[in-house]
Amino acid sequence: MKAETFLPWIPLFPFIGFLINGLLYLVSHSKMGDKDAPKGSHGHGEGHDSHGHDAASHDGHDSHGGGHGHGGHVDIPFKAVHSLVGPIASGLSCLFSLLAILAWWQETGGHHEIVVKLWTWVPAGENLTWFGAKTLEFDVAFRIDPLTALMIGFVSFIGTLIHVYSVGYMGHDEGYGRFFAYLNLFMFSMLVLVLGANLGILFVGWEGVGLCSYLLIGYYYQKDFAADAGKKAFVMNRIGDVGFILGLFACTAMFGTIDFTKMFEAAAKDPGTYAAGGAVTAACIALFIGACGKSAQIPLYVWLPDAMAGPTPVSALIHAATMVTAGVYMVARCNVLFRISHEWAVKTLGENASVFAMLTHDASYVVAVVGGVTAFFAATIGLAQTDIKKVLAYSTVSQLGYMFLGCGSLAFGAGMFHVFTHAWFKACLFLGSGSVIHALSGEQEMTRMGGLKNLVPHTYRTMFISTLAIAGVPFLSGFFSKDAILAETFINGHPILWALAVLTAGLTAFYMFRLVKMTFYGEFRGTKEELAHVHESPATMTIPLWILAGGAIVAGYLGIPKFILGKENAWEKFLEPIFPPLAAGWMPEPHHASHALEWGLMMTSVVVAGIGIALGWAFYSGAYPFATPGKIAGALPGLYRWVRNKYFVDEAYEWLFVDRLIKKFGRFLWEVDARFVDGAVNGSRHLTVGGAHVSSWFDKVFVDGAVNGVANVLQTAWRGHRSLQSGQTQGYALAMTFGIFGLVCIYLILS
Amino acid sequence: MSGLLSLLIFTPLVGAIVLLFVPKEKSAVLQWATTFFSGVTFVLSLPLWFHQGFRQNGDFYFREDIDWIPSLGARYSLGVDGIAALLILLTTLLTFISVYCSFTAIQKREKEYYIFLLLLEVGMIGVFCALDFFLFYVFWEVMLVPMYFLIGVWGGPRKLYAAIKFFLYTLFGSVIMLLGIIALYFVNTTGFLWWQGLGNSPTFDILHYHQIASQLPADLQIWLFWAFFLGFAIKVPMFPFHTWLPDAHVEAPTAGSVILAGVLLKMGTYGFVRFSMPMFPDGIQSSATFLGLTTIGWVVLLSIVGIIYGSMVAMVQPDMKKLVAYSSVAHLGFVMLGLFALNNAGVQGGILQMINHGLSTGGLFLLVGIVYERRHTRMIADYGGLSHQMPIYATLFMIILLASIGLPLLNGFIGEFTILVGAFIVNWRWAAWAALGIVLGAAYMLWLYQRVFFGEIKHEENKELQDVNLREILTLAPLIVLCFWIGLYPKPFFEMTAKSTEKIVAANVAAKARAEAPRMATAAPKAAPAGAVAATEAPRGN
Repeated sequence: MKAETFLPWIPLFPFIGFLINGLLYLVSHSKMGDKDAPKGSHGHGEGHDSHGHDAASHDGHDSHGGGHGHGGHVDIPFKAVHSLVGPIASGLSCLFSLLAILAWWQETGGHHEIVVKLWTWVPAGENLTWFGAKTLEFDVAFRIDPLTALMIGFVSFIGTLIHVYSVGYMGHDEGYGRFFAYLNLFMFSMLVLVLGANLGILFVGWEGVGLCSYLLIGYYYQKDFAADAGKKAFVMNRIGDVGFILGLFACTAMFGTIDFTKMFEAAAKDPGTYAAGGAVTAACIALFIGACGKSAQIPLYVWLPDAMAGPTPVSALIHAATMVTAGVYMVARCNVLFRISHEWAVKTLGENASVFAMLTHDASYVVAVVGGVTAFFAATIGLAQTDIKKVLAYSTVSQLGYMFLGCGSLAFGAGMFHVFTHAWFKACLFLGSGSVIHALSGEQEMTRMGGLKNLVPHTYRTMFISTLAIAGVPFLSGFFSKDAILAETFINGHPILWALAVLTAGLTAFYMFRLVKMTFYGEFRGTKEELAHVHESPATMTIPLWILAGGAIVAGYLGIPKFILGKENAWEKFLEPIFPPLAAGWMPEPHHASHALEWGLMMTSVVVAGIGIALGWAFYSGAYPFATPGKIAGALPGLYRWVRNKYFVDEAYEWLFVDRLIKKFGRFLWEVDARFVDGAVNGSRHLTVGGAHVSSWFDKVFVDGAVNGVANVLQTAWRGHRSLQSGQTQGYALAMTFGIFGLVCIYLILS
Repeated sequence: MSGLLSLLIFTPLVGAIVLLFVPKEKSAVLQWATTFFSGVTFVLSLPLWFHQGFRQNGDFYFREDIDWIPSLGARYSLGVDGIAALLILLTTLLTFISVYCSFTAIQKREKEYYIFLLLLEVGMIGVFCALDFFLFYVFWEVMLVPMYFLIGVWGGPRKLYAAIKFFLYTLFGSVIMLLGIIALYFVNTTGFLWWQGLGNSPTFDILHYHQIASQLPADLQIWLFWAFFLGFAIKVPMFPFHTWLPDAHVEAPTAGSVILAGVLLKMGTYGFVRFSMPMFPDGIQSSATFLGLTTIGWVVLLSIVGIIYGSMVAMVQPDMKKLVAYSSVAHLGFVMLGLFALNNAGVQGGILQMINHGLSTGGLFLLVGIVYERRHTRMIADYGGLSHQMPIYATLFMIILLASIGLPLLNGFIGEFTILVGAFIVNWRWAAWAALGIVLGAAYMLWLYQRVFFGEIKHEENKELQDVNLREILTLAPLIVLCFWIGLYPKPFFEMTAKSTEKIVAANVAAKARAEAPRMATAAPKAAPAGAVAATEAPRGN
């Protein structure tokens, strides 16, 4: 079978799963029916109320476990169907991804892409673009190439694991079917995103994952904070999407197409034309704004920590492993444009340009700076959070920053490598935290945890492995990918960002070990009843954890750098086809680093990570409240307050954009609308009616007055003549005679 | 198949006459008779979709042409191209749905109500079919009367104010347009004011005026454009002529709102497509400015202001219907922006967005009507937590809402996307400003959804709410199917309008060349390269 036969099925299976789960959920939960039916006849009435009550009592947290008390309200046969349909739909798409990758490999040897055009989507006719008249046509088309193969492979695999995990984790939830429907829809969208053969289809998936993210963050919609967080995520993403879509339009205007193959071919062949005047740079920056939204970078990162309001499997799948890396994927996908933008900046500005000049000319520079700063900034916030999922959320923002730092240093392969390894260990960490939360019946505060090491051994061990991986401990996956990014950053001319990133690595190691210590070591800080309740999660949850932990160990071995092994980096070699060479004079000069430098860089980051681990371990040993961190917080109360409150960025945004710009300004405009715009209309009405009254008065007094006046005058004047009408014939004859005489006289005179 | 259009126009009229003879207390007979006649009209309109001519060229088909008032040159002349055909299909579908959704909503004076609904359909189809200015104007005004009564009799508490405002405001615009028509009529024959006549025999034939467009002096075209503009812009409605809309929507019964949003607003945009753009291309493309902006500049400015302003005001509305009404102002701003990008992408997108807006906003009004019937309030604050109580309703609402905010794979996206592509190519700033509307659209719609559907049920009354019944699902089903169809495979819709669009665009491209010719001539030495560079440099030069 050929790869193109398999490709459309990859997203289709989850979509079918979505339809089945969604319709079943609606059928089983609706109280539809004829209006005469007595209310609550379906037997769900009580369930709703008690769930509502229950949810309220867990305000402020992912209310997992809130449903323990009334699990019996879920119809068992429906539940069994949902448990099967969800994971199977995802599993089938995993299987077909594998088949597609194999078939593609067989057909092309991995050297070039295979594109399947399914149908013409938007035929927009012939239009005058920036470079002449072109027929614009947007297709529904999928492609497979190294980058896509990589993405569909791990997205569908990790996705399936998380589906299986959810069977256990969400087992007691009332909206079980709804959850799986959304999760399947997410898989569909994410796979469309990575399979899309043009920016338009990528955008379909892009918006689709945004929608699912919205639905799943707001999954516990009865609670305001969850609904708020969902909306915030969607709107923040939409701000980014405006950037994305403007970038997409810029590509349309430049190339007359948004098909990846055609676009990049044209650009690579003639970079000078498209780069002139900064057109490519503008397009890249616009696209990157989109990436900032989706991948939670400064200034659009604030939605991701709030997104933790969703169920934990969602945090693992969407807000750690897959969706949030879509921005990195997109930047890597458009690497040709970013490389051109960089070269153009170098060409126009020369080597020693100021930072400001580079930021306005070189899109990849912007990516690197935003990525590096976000990585550091988010890591500092992570230091002082006590909600286990919030720590992981800020850690995710920080790690995404790393990925962008890699891409911005034109090391797209390294960036994608970190996407890949991060997916394993961060998914494992989130699912592990979910397992802890599950064990504690919904508790998320690390200040109320501790000493769980032996109570949830599988969770502890897998999380520990993943923590080592994210901290950059040698020979685990995170070490290889993070080191690749750090080395490339330094070699490609960003020493300051490199220093920042190394520091961030230290911070990461610190706050991750802080998390492990606070959760699993020391004394349990919750109540006795809670402690009695603690239990290890079922196998549906621990098996995925172990598989992910295994990935966290071995994933890094796909990309062992050349200077260690002497052999070519397998990862880079695999991805090579997605970096087509640019026209002569536009390829950057390769920066070669000596082996000594590469070893030195690696050692530096290992040492810094080691310091971070040691400090984290030392600070959070002993009983709570931990003495050393407490002292530091006491010594620097102002700084602590800022960090603890995430630098008040949320509050500032809320005040400026939501309160002032949207609500106040919206109200103001409404006032304007009512008073002035509509006021003008009503004013003209009053004017008209007023004018009518004046007219009416004028009519009565003058016009009709004139008529009546004439009548009156005549009446008065002629009153005297009434006596003439006496009825006496003689008088009339006399008058007639006089009259005739007079007329004859006039006639004689005139003639 | 000539005679089809007359059949379409007069079937509802026959229906209205038949209803006259039905006793007014036989409510089921009235309902089903109206359903029957509007259903027949819908079925009769289907051949328009399958007619291949629209897809091959931009000509007018289904022509009928009979002498009507010979002394004036007015004829009973009908004919449609792909654009009009699509809008007629939208009209017949939405009317059918409106009838079906009124069964329980309308309890008083049913007989008159259904008669007016059918008469309204007569006017609407007539407007889209007419190829004679005189006939067009008659239908244009005929349409106002039944809508006036629909709002004024079956409306909410401020129905009289709203109905009169609606009637007078639109009439005002129409009269100015009528002056434009008369001026055009005289220029075509003997001359008007200081503009010389063309010496043709008197006619109201719209196609004739399409042909003589290039013979009319540009300054006359500018005046005529603005005369027509007022008539159409009020109908659209464009900022700042929109204030009749929220009032009319809020007071109108559900069916009235659906038709008002779905079809009546399209009369305005259709007017631009059918009359202003092909008839006054030199006026549109003229380089003459007023306060620093050209004709296009002004229209685009008002469109963009409409998008952002409409969205901002929608954000803070406490009343669901008013919110949707203001969102219409924003959506129609998109349509106008697309039309006045005056390239294939923009105009095609604008036309498709007319259909999309009819589907999604029509759907939103139907949805608001569903809860209004149950709770008799449209205030957002009176709801909350409905998701739990009415899951199917919540799902349907979500789908229509997503269509409205332009989520890919649904219809709204295709329209907005194509419009913005067209606008971006002409001037990227237009697209950038308009794109703000996308963010705001998501914000106000999701906020609405959150307040109505999420959270706990706060009001005791809402705990008794029934989910949608089968009839309500059936009224929404065709809209949802179409939303997905256009979102997934809009090609057949684009094909309907592509050829007519090309003609309009070609007329404008030619006019633009004419407008630029004198300037080119004066700057002859450097003109040629400058022109070529201008096309490439202009969009990103600054």
